Amino acid sequence: MNIIVCIKQVPDTTNIKIDPKKGTLIREGVPSIMNPDDKHALEAALKLKKDGKVTVLSMGPPQAEEALREALAMGADDAVLLCDIKFAGSDTWATANAISAAIKKIGNYDLILCGRQAIDGDTAQVGPQMAEQLNLPQVTYVRKIEINANKINAERVLEDGYEIVETSLPALLTLVKSGNDPVYPSLIGIQKAYEKEIKTLTAADINIDESRTGLNSSPTSVVKSFTPPPKGGGVILEGSISDVSKKLIVILKEKEIIQEF
Amino acid sequence: MDLSFNKQQLMIKKVITEFAEKEIKPYASEIDQEPRFPEEIVKKMAKLGLMGMSIPKKYGGSELDNVSQTIIMEEVSKACASTSVTMGAHTSLCCYPIVHHGTEEQKQRFLPKLASGEYLGAFALTEPEAGSDAVNVQTTAVKDRDEYIINGSKIFITNGGKADFINIVTTTDPAARHKGLAIFAIETKNQKGFSVGKKEDKLGLRGSNTSEIIFQDMRLPKENLIGGKEGDGFKIAMNVFNSGRIGIGIQGVGIAQAAFDECLKYVKEREQFGRKLHKFQAIQFMLSEMATRIEAARLLCYEAAYLKDQGKNYIKEAAMAKLYGSDVAMEVTRKAIQIHGGYGFIKDYPLERFYRDAKITEIYEGTSEIQKLVIAAQLLGKGF
Repeated sequence: MNIIVCIKQVPDTTNIKIDPKKGTLIREGVPSIMNPDDKHALEAALKLKKDGKVTVLSMGPPQAEEALREALAMGADDAVLLCDIKFAGSDTWATANAISAAIKKIGNYDLILCGRQAIDGDTAQVGPQMAEQLNLPQVTYVRKIEINANKINAERVLEDGYEIVETSLPALLTLVKSGNDPVYPSLIGIQKAYEKEIKTLTAADINIDESRTGLNSSPTSVVKSFTPPPKGGGVILEGSISDVSKKLIVILKEKEIIQEF
Repeated sequence: MDLSFNKQQLMIKKVITEFAEKEIKPYASEIDQEPRFPEEIVKKMAKLGLMGMSIPKKYGGSELDNVSQTIIMEEVSKACASTSVTMGAHTSLCCYPIVHHGTEEQKQRFLPKLASGEYLGAFALTEPEAGSDAVNVQTTAVKDRDEYIINGSKIFITNGGKADFINIVTTTDPAARHKGLAIFAIETKNQKGFSVGKKEDKLGLRGSNTSEIIFQDMRLPKENLIGGKEGDGFKIAMNVFNSGRIGIGIQGVGIAQAAFDECLKYVKEREQFGRKLHKFQAIQFMLSEMATRIEAARLLCYEAAYLKDQGKNYIKEAAMAKLYGSDVAMEVTRKAIQIHGGYGFIKDYPLERFYRDAKITEIYEGTSEIQKLVIAAQLLGKGF
């Protein structure tokens, strides 16, 4: 099975701060990492590939090469960097257009895996948009994949449970954390990753028109980023169970969450 | 002058830091307090190729440069010093004699098993009468046709009670002193005449195994004589220690860094006299001194590793790295307890463990005093 995994290099947002004046992320001194959901997608791909090939694809600036090297070290066979100043500033639609065009160029795939969403933008849009561009069936929020012949059973996480979706191949899946043990690149894997060549594709290489990618062709733009005010602290009711229950009913009525008939 | 790691070394550092943080550090306190040898962690390290990092690829190893090996030792030591000595005794002390002095046949026989972690290795020199006076080895190897008969015992052997494979230093000719030393490889399973003696109860590194090993009329084929030549043992052992010193120096740095990191966290949380600790100049001075000394020790270690990678003489720098790295480990862990006050003294916090673990770095693989002799010999030339 040949699998293409789309990965994004993102700032490690665990400790990130937002510039209150500019409304942008403060990137100085923040290390770049492979987007965590994308890493899960890659781990899943490495387990599924068997005799096939895993190709990792990333759209980003030249330094995104590091995320691709890490993916190679984890066991990916090939890496492709989609890199051109013409892609700069692309929103999710323009990004999906470019990556889809690159995937058409790469070709020969049975499955495309993406992370659910990137931790910098949290949009969760690029994967589904690509599926539409490529005219592929899509399953989002997948935590487990089983492949039977030319069909795939994807366990899809819902708020209150999960559902199993069956689809034909090729397909595009977006993945969430699965509970698999993390895959650490081996020392040999790391060395091999630096012996491999990373293929670079430009806008010209994938034949994409400027009206479909880049900042000026993006239908959406970020107007403002800000840190939402923290939520107020909760209230702890104390006393006997019946006292607490009565107090709770009163509060819920006051807030018009429940009402008497 | 370029003091930065290359991209591959940076990735190794990133991967091992994450691995050590998630797979080693959470167990450091537990294996110290029980105490328990962390077999499962050693298996995980082997899976990543850590146990084979000093072994050439053609024998199944991951063949890293010395700077990369030093990076790994630092990160593992930061997470757990017991685990790092278990690894170091294997990758440095045990593998070195075979990789650099073994016959081709010995390399093919032993290295793949050591690289994969199927064999855990050890190196045995110390005896009751041979510590700093390494030449005074009493374990004898007597030739009997195609075999050697070994009698004697070794003490304080890291991994001694757990090892599948041990390189032991013997004498084939006690009167010849250092010229009589010979190193033999033992595969311990089913080896007649080999037994494990007392397991030591130690101040620090309690999660590592330190044991006595005993040889009673133990017969080894002559093919197990490292390098195939009697009398090479001293030269090999000295090379082993020159190389191993970088590892102990950086182990000290790792322990010190772990203690320092705890301090940096603590001084921002703890309040006294209505202020956070880090607002006090006395604390700031301590932190600055600690960080400066750690950085200086680290640079000595990486300089020695770099020189070794360049094929240059690194004996003086390695001895300095060990002398200073171990001194910094003691000084920083002592101050780290002082900064934590009573919390530093109790086992709920890791500071007392760092302090106990640090002490041995001034002793094993050549005491600080021996390091000074080595440095002096390099400064003054032979026969000073």
